[in-house]
Amino acid sequence: MSSAPIIFSGVGKTYPMYHHFTGGIKNFLFNLPEALRSLRSSRFEALRDVSFEVAKGETLGIVGGNGAGKSTLLGLAAGVLRPTTGAVKVSGRISPLLELGAGFHRDLTGLENIMLNGVLLGLTRAEVKERLAAIVEFSELGAFIDQPLRVYSNGMVARLGFSVAAHLDPDVMLIDEVLAVGDEEFQKKCLEKMREFKRKGVTMLFVSHSMPSVKLICDRVIWIADRRVHMSGAPAEVVRAYAGEGAGL
Amino acid sequence: MRYFIDLTTVLTQKELKVRYKNSFFGYLWSIAHPLAFAAVFFVAFKVIMRVQMEDYVLFLIAGLFPWQWFSNSAGISPHIFLGNASIIKKVNFERSAGVLAAVLNETIHFAVSIPVIVFFVYYYGRGAHASWLYGIPLLMLVQFMLTCGLALAVASVNLFFRDLERIAVITVSMLFYFTPVIYSLDMVPPQYRALVNLNPLAPLMASWRSLFMYGTLDAGLVALSAVYAAAALAGGYLVYRKLVWKFAEVL
Ligand SMILES: Nc1ncnc2c1ncn2[C@@H]1O[C@H](COP(=O)(O)OP(=O)(O)OP(=O)(O)O)[C@@H](O)[C@H]1O
Ligand SMILES: [Mg+2]
Repeated sequence: MSSAPIIFSGVGKTYPMYHHFTGGIKNFLFNLPEALRSLRSSRFEALRDVSFEVAKGETLGIVGGNGAGKSTLLGLAAGVLRPTTGAVKVSGRISPLLELGAGFHRDLTGLENIMLNGVLLGLTRAEVKERLAAIVEFSELGAFIDQPLRVYSNGMVARLGFSVAAHLDPDVMLIDEVLAVGDEEFQKKCLEKMREFKRKGVTMLFVSHSMPSVKLICDRVIWIADRRVHMSGAPAEVVRAYAGEGAGL
Repeated sequence: MRYFIDLTTVLTQKELKVRYKNSFFGYLWSIAHPLAFAAVFFVAFKVIMRVQMEDYVLFLIAGLFPWQWFSNSAGISPHIFLGNASIIKKVNFERSAGVLAAVLNETIHFAVSIPVIVFFVYYYGRGAHASWLYGIPLLMLVQFMLTCGLALAVASVNLFFRDLERIAVITVSMLFYFTPVIYSLDMVPPQYRALVNLNPLAPLMASWRSLFMYGTLDAGLVALSAVYAAAALAGGYLVYRKLVWKFAEVL
């Protein structure tokens, strides 16, 4: 048996089409098994027979067009989605790097949001308190940290989010398209932090549409197309093939 | 476990902070609502329809405050998971903590409004009762369990069937009139009296009122409430367990 921190074996994922559901709540509750069976019959297949492993400390890039299934793949790794077929095994503390503002509350201050988000991401309150000073410093938000989030710009929210995620001590980090909004200086800082994670042996899944970042950060890249792993290999190679395809269209 | 407590704590704090940051008179609003209803029912039933009942205002208040706790909780429950869609789709935290936090928040609002009820008890020339010391925590626990169970089920099912929210609103306002809050159980014609207690809220609300007004609890009614509460909690948790892994798919 392999001991890699992330193992996808023969993973398929189909989404139900819940909008086809018309029976009303009475039918739904009284014929629960039947209702569920009828739901199963109209499903959308997002991934089929996807297998790969990510070794400890490795950074795997995932590229593919819109709707290819990249976010689905990260959802499976995070454990918020269940595979329809096959098995997903992820070991260690998982830290998803959230999309802009996910889990934040607009009316709470930066500090209050750090506590909220830190605990939602798996830290205890004591652990968040220990790290509070470091998180605030990393975010470089200065006096804004005591302001409610609704006065923040998009980039400032992203900074706060990344700052919390960067201080979680994860074993596995899942990153989905989040660096795009920060300014150049902050993006550099994030890339630096990710290199630091790599040095510490953190395993990462990195989804991005920015090919330069993919080439810079990843050790290996898989290209998802037509529900499967279309290509897998060294970053330069896969990125060239993927970009070439895009230019050819 | 330690972590689950922390999670529930920060979520509850969030709810409280948000509520008090956005409104100047947060606390006053939570007592203004049941008091306003008490005034309306007093005018309608005592002044206009001349119902024969002593201390009708106290009678109303002793039932309306706990009812408000229930109906507020029922009102927010469809939004609990819906309102946290972005984080539920990304992070695998224990989702039931969100329900617990929302109901706890309403529980705290009820707890801090108890002095208002006590004020009316004294105003109508009655005193405090030693039985409150165990009676209030007991009934609060029972109602907390009942509410959590219902909220878990409603919050979960509402993701798959969004119309549930409307149905819940109608059900709660109908249920109010089938619950002995504005009338007492002995005003119900004898042949229907057994039916009233099929409503899970009926024995509970009757117990609250007799506890506040007379300091007495009917063991049979309390036991029946507790049975309903345990059933609601078990049922709600089962529904939640069965559906929770699909939340991220439908949000
Ligand atoms: N909850 C859902 N219910 C039904 N279908 C879904 C759901 N989530 C995603 N899909 C479908 O699954 C496919 C893959 O979606 P996914 O979000 O994984 O794409 P993606 O590769 O992340 O795209 P993007 O680059 O735009 O972020 C899409 O066709 C999408 O329509
Ligand atoms: Mg995506």
